[in-house]
Amino acid sequence: MKLTPKPPSLPPPFILREPSVPPRPAVPDTSVVLRATDVWKSYDDGAITVLNGVNFEAIEGQTVALCGPSGCGKSTLLHLLGGLDEPDRGRISVNSIELNRHRSRLDLLRYQVGFVFQMHNLIPDLTLEENCLIPTVAAGISRSSALARLKHLTGRTGLSHRLNHRIQKLSGGERQRTALCRALMNHPRILLADEPTGSLDENTSATVFQLLLDIAATEGVTLVMATHDRKLAERCDRLVEMHDGRIREPHPL
Amino acid sequence: MIFLKLIFTNLLRHRIRSVISIAGIAFSVAAMLTIVTILQGAVGMFSGILSSDSEIIVFERNVSDLFFSDVPSSAVTDIAAWPLVQHADPVLFGIVSSADHPIITCFGITESDARLRKATWLTGSRSDFAKQSDGVVLGERAAEFLHSTVGSHVAIGHGTFLVIGIIKTANGFEDGGVFMPLQSAQAFFHKEGSSSVITIKLRNKTDAAEFKRLVKEKFPNLVALEDEEFTRSYSQFKILKATAWAVGGCGLLLGGLGVANTMIMSVFTRIREIAILRVSGFSNLQIASMIFGESALVSVIGAITGLLIGTGFLYILKLIPALHGYVDVSIQALVVLIVIVLALLTGVAGALYPALYAMRVRPVEALRFE
Repeated sequence: MKLTPKPPSLPPPFILREPSVPPRPAVPDTSVVLRATDVWKSYDDGAITVLNGVNFEAIEGQTVALCGPSGCGKSTLLHLLGGLDEPDRGRISVNSIELNRHRSRLDLLRYQVGFVFQMHNLIPDLTLEENCLIPTVAAGISRSSALARLKHLTGRTGLSHRLNHRIQKLSGGERQRTALCRALMNHPRILLADEPTGSLDENTSATVFQLLLDIAATEGVTLVMATHDRKLAERCDRLVEMHDGRIREPHPL
Repeated sequence: MIFLKLIFTNLLRHRIRSVISIAGIAFSVAAMLTIVTILQGAVGMFSGILSSDSEIIVFERNVSDLFFSDVPSSAVTDIAAWPLVQHADPVLFGIVSSADHPIITCFGITESDARLRKATWLTGSRSDFAKQSDGVVLGERAAEFLHSTVGSHVAIGHGTFLVIGIIKTANGFEDGGVFMPLQSAQAFFHKEGSSSVITIKLRNKTDAAEFKRLVKEKFPNLVALEDEEFTRSYSQFKILKATAWAVGGCGLLLGGLGVANTMIMSVFTRIREIAILRVSGFSNLQIASMIFGESALVSVIGAITGLLIGTGFLYILKLIPALHGYVDVSIQALVVLIVIVLALLTGVAGALYPALYAMRVRPVEALRFE
């Protein structure tokens, strides 16, 4: 019997350790509108860890781009910041109020945070106007106030002539602008955008992105946006890199 | 407005499914309305037989059915002689069959009975009644289905009788019945010296309580009840009504399952939409209200359609000659109210699980896979 020589034992796999992030200078609490402190999140009973002790802050009026490869935890962090999900560990606070109670989550979604998703997530059977009025119905805002706000936002986004059109009749860019209007209807102070230009062509993408930045600036909204597009991300006030559920922030706060 | 639009939009989005669901409720409501109305009409007619020109009915205590009641002739004679009684009419009920008709109701009555007095005599005369022991009077419909005319002989049960008159009454049971002289009926049904009930007309209606007290005192084996009291308490009526509501309820339950199925499908196919509403700030209550609103709308449209179908069906039944007098289309407002409330409750019950499911939708999971 011929014996095969045993291969030499390999060294343990090399583990890339990220350089520790140097502590940032303390930011006064009053201007911090979003804060995640040592946030952990995993799925499938802990089999897939998505966030590994993330610390994140965003100050009022800032535009922040979360960059990183797919699966690095950008969307999960946005969902946690917006109260759509709960962390396994750690704390999330918005405007210095911790999100640990249902009521505060509901108030958060109604009055403080607006979401824009990669797919517009509009209700196809309703018109542009009706889609945009949904958050105002949820919050019990009067129809006259809601319509005035809608007029203002659709004017800003160039959709005034499309108010009574059904979503199916709108182009991809128009749908995403509609989603932006809907997110801003209740005057939120924070706008969370998850790959808002991910489903658009290059030109439309640039237009929608610029619109996001312009509206965020004029409305005084804090914008946190997950994106793959580094070129677009660099136009934000701050770029935060995410990798394997951790944050690396090359640009200081 | 948008909230209502969301409800309408979803129902219009799956038109066929919504129509099937509405049809389920509609047919259930129609079935319930038809059954309940027919049975209540039947009960009303039977009550009408007993309360014909009388306010009180006397019968044997603790009998399950008036056909088994045995009131002795002596009691009839005694009661008729009481000063507070205007007249006391003994009636013997019997069921017989003829060649083509398994059930024919026979009324053994006296010549002075209100049924004969108040009926329209199509042929023959009341004065001939009881002159011949084998002479019978037929209701108009009985004459039709027995193919009999005055002077002809009719085979009923084990006997043959001479038809001496044909009368028309407003009561379906009576119109399809055979009226025999009391003594002939007693002999025919082997109940000599007894009747099933005595219908009483008082000189003064306010004496009813005194009359009942007297019956209780003098005839402990008999019971006297005012007409309304009897209709409420007679066990056969109770069974009939309960059966009607139970059958109708089962129909409605099936309709409710249809609504539940529709609502479950509705919620399952728009998890994403519900997630969007949640992200937009909809509370659990608002989400549940939307689902319940949809099912309530289906139920209300179904109930109204069902009421129209049921009413139409009852009118058609009324036109069938064989059912003449049996169907009373005067639908009671209370029945309509109960049917609508039951339909609504069924719809709401059918939406319970879908609403709970919708309330548990986690937007982050529903929107994760874009």
